[in-house]
Amino acid sequence: MTPLQAYDLMVSIRLFEEAIERLFLEGHIAGTAHTCIGQEAVAVGVAAALQPHDAMTSTHRGHGHFIARGADPRRVMAELFGREAGYSRGRGGSQMMMDPALGFYGANGITGGSIPFAAGLALDAQLKKSGRVTACLFGDGASNQGVFHETLNLASLWKLPILFIVENNGYAMSTPTTRGLANPCIADRAHAYNMPGVTVDGNDFFAVREQVQKLVEAARSGAGPALIECLTYRISGHSRGDPRTYRSREEELSAQKQDPLLRMESHLTKHESLPIATLVAHQKQAQALIDEAIRFCETAPLPDPLDYLAEVLT
Amino acid sequence: MREITYAQAICEAMSEEMRRDPKVFFMGEDVGAYGGAFGVSAGMLNEFGKERVRDTPISEAAIMGAAVGAAMTGMRPIIEIMFSDFISCCFDGLCNQAAKTRYMFGGQTTMPIVVRAPAGSGTGAAGQHSQSPEAWICNMPGLKVVVPSTPYDAKGLIKAAIRDNNAVVVLEQKLLYRTKGDVPEGDYIVPLGEAAIRREGKDVTIVTYGRMVARCLEAAEQAKEAGIDVEVIDLRTLVPLDKHAVIASAMKTGRVMIVHEACKTGGFGGELAAVITESEAFNYMDAPILRICGADVPIPYNPKLEASIVPTTPVILDGIKKVME
Repeated sequence: MTPLQAYDLMVSIRLFEEAIERLFLEGHIAGTAHTCIGQEAVAVGVAAALQPHDAMTSTHRGHGHFIARGADPRRVMAELFGREAGYSRGRGGSQMMMDPALGFYGANGITGGSIPFAAGLALDAQLKKSGRVTACLFGDGASNQGVFHETLNLASLWKLPILFIVENNGYAMSTPTTRGLANPCIADRAHAYNMPGVTVDGNDFFAVREQVQKLVEAARSGAGPALIECLTYRISGHSRGDPRTYRSREEELSAQKQDPLLRMESHLTKHESLPIATLVAHQKQAQALIDEAIRFCETAPLPDPLDYLAEVLT
Repeated sequence: MREITYAQAICEAMSEEMRRDPKVFFMGEDVGAYGGAFGVSAGMLNEFGKERVRDTPISEAAIMGAAVGAAMTGMRPIIEIMFSDFISCCFDGLCNQAAKTRYMFGGQTTMPIVVRAPAGSGTGAAGQHSQSPEAWICNMPGLKVVVPSTPYDAKGLIKAAIRDNNAVVVLEQKLLYRTKGDVPEGDYIVPLGEAAIRREGKDVTIVTYGRMVARCLEAAEQAKEAGIDVEVIDLRTLVPLDKHAVIASAMKTGRVMIVHEACKTGGFGGELAAVITESEAFNYMDAPILRICGADVPIPYNPKLEASIVPTTPVILDGIKKVME
């Protein structure tokens, strides 16, 4: 993945999430959704470090991970619109989308819910000797669930080919990590389970990719799991309707200076000598695709209510 | 035919399926060299090795999760939860992941997991090792629930469960592990969702399952002396429920008693009673449906107390007489 391709993906995710927030406010989308504005470098950095046959699991804040892994934004959006064309045929919504063909085994509505079954994907790879590594993404909040500890222990004991990648965005919903983590360094916990633990700048696409690449190949060669903590910031609110009363606007403005998109743009103009006009053209192209996705969803067929039982115990 | 125990029948079912299909593997706490807390998997480690008969740490949530992930990618895991009470430790994996994944993700994956878990009281193990938790699980769309009452059924139902593409919870009856019965060598299946009529009768229907089947049959024999002809239906599978068998028998006898070991309030017996009253059988009923169930208490330790809070043969017999009044 070239830096410009990574930028395209990051822009697609940003514009997708901004569109989702707008569509909610306008009443076009029901239910809930958690956007990942500000965390795009983690999603794309991890995806860029994986091989096509590797696996990824995600969280309630999963649109970005899925798009980074190659999902069709039209079908992600169609799921949010509850359409039959959506990845889960309108049964799952924002928090439940997967595509096994892309090695993407789902967002999850339960905080930490995907951590244990990501180990199952890795166990499958170990049993089949398929050479597949699983990237298990979750947040700082999920790192406080019991399953985090059970799974890291099991994965290390069995030397499963899995990377535990925590997106530390500073907040578990409204609770800052300072009030949720007895030890603010989540990567430290790796040592308790006898695996490497590293902290990276999660707003730097290149830093994330480099670190994940190194550890994914180690896991592939049988070295077992690792824990990678990516420090980032959730620029968006937790979910629809979050008034963000738990943090100051000053803090947000300061965090936005580390916006991963701005940093990528700065890299592309300074180190890759790309003119700003090229970036603007790429942004417009991405916006056109998102607009087209919305038009597609507005007329896409809804699921047949009589078909509600499909896939239950057949 | 050859007689083996309920536990041996389960072991044979797993072993035959593991020989037949390399995708089937087995994991749980102390299932390897120890052979499982109740000795069900004795010898399997020797035959299949530690890759396919995997000892795990005491981490029910991680075990369940590992099964869910492996099932999503094409393996067919069997897991043993040492006591069915411990299902509470992996409820998220069972109820929010295994049960829902197939549906929520639009049918893009199957979930071929078998969760084997010993259930029931009678061992003096008290409140956290003696429960019958079927009602927790039956209320969760996406899961199947099996409760074998004989060695023959244990083998056939578990083989069917292993071949099923959904998560199946098998609540093995720990007091039946050492009971013997006829079990054919080699392959056969007891299909999920088919009840068995254990005793035909025309006066009263008893709907039951698990280790209560034997007590109901005993009470039925005693009722014969009082001139009451009892039909005993062993559900074998709770989800999917063989409604047809239950309703047909209710229509035949017009009197129904439901017997289970699990506590009464919120128990599966209430569901059975409702299935009957909602059906055409309602018009045939000559008496109110009676439930004989476990008491609404944690299972007590003292053996006399423990025995007194689950349905006994005399209590079931009294119930039969009451339904006949």
